[in-house]
Amino acid sequence: MAPERTAPAPRERSGARPGRLRSLLSARESPVVAALLVSLVFASLFLDTFATGRNMGFLLLSVAAIALMALPMTLIVITGEIDLSVASTLALSSATLGALWEAGVPIETALLICLVLGAALGALNGLFVTVLGLPSLAVTIGTMALYRGLAYVLLGDRAVATYPQDWVSGARATFMGIEGLPWIAVAILAMAALYAVLLHATGIGRSLYDIGNNTEAARFTGVAVEHTKFWLFTLSGTVASGAGVFWTLQYGTSRADTAFGLELQVVAAVLLGGVSIFGGVGTVLGVMSGVLLLGTVRNALQLLGVSGDVLQIVTGLILIASVVGPNLVASLRRRRRTPAPVRVPTVPRPPTHDGESP
Amino acid sequence: MTTTTTPTGARPEGPPPEQGAGRARRRRRVRELGVLLAVVLLIAGTWLQNPGFLSQQGVRDLFLGATVLSVLAVGQALVLITKNVDLSVGSVMGLSAFGTASLFAAFPEIPVPLAMAAGVGIGALCGLANGVLVATVQVPALVVTLGTLYAYRGLGHWWADGGQVNAHQMPESFLALGRISVLGVPLPAAVAVVVVLALGFYLSRYSSGRELYAIGSDAEAARLSGISVGRRVVAAFVANGALAGLAGVLFTARYGTVDSTAGFGMELEVVAAAVVGGVAIAGGVGTVYGAALGAVLLTTITAALPIWQIDQFWHQAVVGALILSAIGLDRLLALRNTRKLGGGTHGP
Amino acid sequence: MPQQSPPAPPPLELVRVAKSFGSVRALRGMSLELRSGEIHALVGENGAGKSTLVKTIAGVHRPDAGWIQADGVPVAFTRPADAQRAGVAVIHQEPTLFPDLSVAENIFIGRQPRTRLRTIDRSRMRRETDEVFSRLGVPVDPDRPARGLSIADQQLVEIAKALTRQARVLVMDEPTAALSSVEAERLFTVARTLRDQGVALLFISHRFDEVFALCDRISVVRDGAYVSCGPAADLDVDTVVQRMVGREVETLYPKQETEAGGTLLEVEGLTRHGVFEDIGFTVRSGEIVALAGLVGAGRSEVVRALFGVDRYDAGRVRVDGVPLAQGSPKAAMAAGLALVPEDRREQGLVMESSIARNATSTRRNALSRLGLLSSRSEDEACRSWGERLHLKYGRLTDPVSTLSGGNQQKVVLAKWLATGPSVLFVDEPTRGIDVGTKAEVHRLLSSLAADGLAVVMVSSELPEVLGMADRVLVMHEGRITAELDRDEADEESVMYAATGRSPREALR
Repeated sequence: MAPERTAPAPRERSGARPGRLRSLLSARESPVVAALLVSLVFASLFLDTFATGRNMGFLLLSVAAIALMALPMTLIVITGEIDLSVASTLALSSATLGALWEAGVPIETALLICLVLGAALGALNGLFVTVLGLPSLAVTIGTMALYRGLAYVLLGDRAVATYPQDWVSGARATFMGIEGLPWIAVAILAMAALYAVLLHATGIGRSLYDIGNNTEAARFTGVAVEHTKFWLFTLSGTVASGAGVFWTLQYGTSRADTAFGLELQVVAAVLLGGVSIFGGVGTVLGVMSGVLLLGTVRNALQLLGVSGDVLQIVTGLILIASVVGPNLVASLRRRRRTPAPVRVPTVPRPPTHDGESP
Repeated sequence: MTTTTTPTGARPEGPPPEQGAGRARRRRRVRELGVLLAVVLLIAGTWLQNPGFLSQQGVRDLFLGATVLSVLAVGQALVLITKNVDLSVGSVMGLSAFGTASLFAAFPEIPVPLAMAAGVGIGALCGLANGVLVATVQVPALVVTLGTLYAYRGLGHWWADGGQVNAHQMPESFLALGRISVLGVPLPAAVAVVVVLALGFYLSRYSSGRELYAIGSDAEAARLSGISVGRRVVAAFVANGALAGLAGVLFTARYGTVDSTAGFGMELEVVAAAVVGGVAIAGGVGTVYGAALGAVLLTTITAALPIWQIDQFWHQAVVGALILSAIGLDRLLALRNTRKLGGGTHGP
Repeated sequence: MPQQSPPAPPPLELVRVAKSFGSVRALRGMSLELRSGEIHALVGENGAGKSTLVKTIAGVHRPDAGWIQADGVPVAFTRPADAQRAGVAVIHQEPTLFPDLSVAENIFIGRQPRTRLRTIDRSRMRRETDEVFSRLGVPVDPDRPARGLSIADQQLVEIAKALTRQARVLVMDEPTAALSSVEAERLFTVARTLRDQGVALLFISHRFDEVFALCDRISVVRDGAYVSCGPAADLDVDTVVQRMVGREVETLYPKQETEAGGTLLEVEGLTRHGVFEDIGFTVRSGEIVALAGLVGAGRSEVVRALFGVDRYDAGRVRVDGVPLAQGSPKAAMAAGLALVPEDRREQGLVMESSIARNATSTRRNALSRLGLLSSRSEDEACRSWGERLHLKYGRLTDPVSTLSGGNQQKVVLAKWLATGPSVLFVDEPTRGIDVGTKAEVHRLLSSLAADGLAVVMVSSELPEVLGMADRVLVMHEGRITAELDRDEADEESVMYAATGRSPREALR
């Protein structure tokens, strides 16, 4: 037996440069980024009212809550889990804020309580998933109903709309007076940058991908898988409740049925942004582009006078296409790579015999 | 293949071959019986609280309330058993409900059965699209049906264009379906019962039905056993779509007035009903009886809350708590079972 | 015992079958003849090619050379279904049943008997299941679900399935590895019944008592080739063991003589119920200690427990005199332990991730600056280790899955050596890699030990154990049955301890 080499011969070793450009173009999120740019250009060219400060501010505010919740959702989906309870957490946080405000609690204190509550709600999800080892899909469907239900218990069908005017207008205020740029958009941008750094440029981020790709190997490398997941769910709860507070002040009302069904829009944006539902793949840039793409298309169609209905169809189709497309491309590529199954003659070849004979 | 098995010597005697067998089977039956017991206890308790709960009208309302959700939950069970999920059922139901109603509005002379068949057909078509995307393009069911959740709902809205079809636009013979009773059971509920029994029979007695369980248990092994996995999965989605369509038709017959928002947000309640009834999200486990009972339990809770003078707003919270305890309990029982069978794995 | 020579050609015959995986030659001209009404034993060391042989018979692998004959006619098994059609059935060590279906349904899945209404003919299915179980002479309730069946019963279900498919050749791949003695005895009764009914059985086992008690003929394989075949009555345990291991220890093992230093790892009374019992040993700096034994003896489990991946029920572990908390790989890493795991693809690497990220995954914190981790620092760290280990790769950003097995193993080694461990566990360090890389790995381990590292090596390859280890701990069924110094350890002493026999007992 002669030693054989199965490895490819070493190619140029410093060849990171050409690879980087290629990988940028073939990355999963590039289609959605491209789609976002194209839709922005088209909308600005063909819709006079689109690129106005007023409309931009409106667009950005309309996606703010989704964008906020999409950030932790990205991390969770990358580890192979999902959190469907975010919209209910948002609603419960909003309802709590309303109930506390009505009870005369100062708004600053109420805000803090809401955030702590959100963390607790997320932690409960995390406990179910990590300690009991239940599938997060089932758990968060359950807590989705539970948290929404508790919001109803708190507020019933009442609405609390007596928030102080300066807080309400404060929520919608622009960033340094620039028209069309709400401060929350800047805040989200900053948060997205933080998440991007966390995910793409720290050891924690790397370990999230490892968990999603191969939990077993991550565990063998010393990653505390359960702890990580627990804290991600806690983070998701906290952020969702922050989004709830913002939502409440933005619209000046607390209602129990607030943001109903929003969780699916968040998940849709995350998947549209190129995050794999199986975990292990995805970028913050892609997800933020996904959020904005959905918002832009919606906004543009509204300006065109297209009804919200077509919008929904478009949303659904974009989501499906974003997953079907790569799958089809991959399977086509695979088919091309292996043109035919390896043929082995059915007629026995004269055997080579090199073992010891009986 | 690397196997890390329990070595023999360390375990002197294996469990006697038949021990634990009866327990496992019993547990599976107990699962549905437990839900049934909960329903019965709830109804009995509520009736003691207020005998009016089981008045003729009360029973009617109970039946009708459970009908739509049961039909949807039973369909969902078919899909869940294959280890998939269909989130689009609420939208499909809305589309079919509005479709049926508009057929009556557009063609007042249309025979009632034909319109109803059309409603079911719309659902089946929607299910077919879901199934084909899942089985042939290999897109995860969660993603596909989340997409079609929007697409079908949007289609419905677009079609309805904000309008609605009113009862007076529908033939009396159709609306009567919602009122007729068979042996004291409202017709829609009777239809639901027949559907549940038929599907239960199918799942337990037909090889294609049993194969759904095999697929959910272990799709790869099923493929090796010669089961055409893709076709079965598509069939499950089509059947689920058709049942969602049927739910839409029943909904229309009952309420008479339909717009395109019928069934909005129902998908998760449907999954919840199935899960409470013992259908596992992880596939391969559960029966349609369980799913239907889960639906009945959820609707009974809704109906019973006011009688217990509990604010109706507790309803959803109770449902959520129910889901969590159902899956938590299933998990604990499963853990205990594996531990009892010896050599159970110690969690990390 | 029907011992007359069958007039018909054997139902299954392998003729000089060869099979390679990359540069690893798993089978080198294997010949084997399975006759009706005979139980044929196949024995050989781990890695001798037994499982490749089984997969070839089952139609999973296609031979590179040589062929399979059924009833004297050459056949080509391209898929498992082909083998099934030819009447071949394989009973695996751990069968895969559908847990939610009943026993009868598992047996008839995909081909249930139907009534005229096309419903499943349950009574017929149950009757036929009862029939086949009574033919096997064991009572199993056809209606109970497969979930919760013991492994022994699951095997019986698989056998029943094979019989209802009219299987004439039954291959049992180490069926008793996870059975208790009572269960194993029951399986043997079934096997004898089948033999008497004319089925050809191939029985693969490491347990000589079973082989001699059950089998009519014994084939010995070594290094993927056929060594000998003869009636069990003409053989004894010693002859078989010698044939199994009898080969020259190649010069693959450049073991350097080292001076053992202070004790680095102390293990006392380590127990995980049902897996391993009362494991105790120490490892000193500069020593290579091998954990030898058969697959399933609990060696990997011990190492996993020490590293904190699994928990244990009792025992104490000290690293350099300091007690080590259990259940935390992170704590183990902090204490200076490192583990190159058994299964490279599932445990050692994240196959989708890049070479550089895999190689640096154990010390991301150390490579971070101000908490930030750049691809450049990962690449640099990886490159220096790549050069040290002679890693052959295209680009560091390529997925690690593009590397050959040997180079993948080097990435795993780099990943762990980069942590600067004081105790290194390596579990099957050279499994499935080519000879050249194998020697490199051995040289590396040897020089690491010379530099003062304590190495604990789990290996199923005897030559590797004997060539590399300063001391050999042999495990059998969860216990350490022998501790042998380098000059005491030879093939036979290790093999005897690994099969749970003392040499004296065997020579009786």
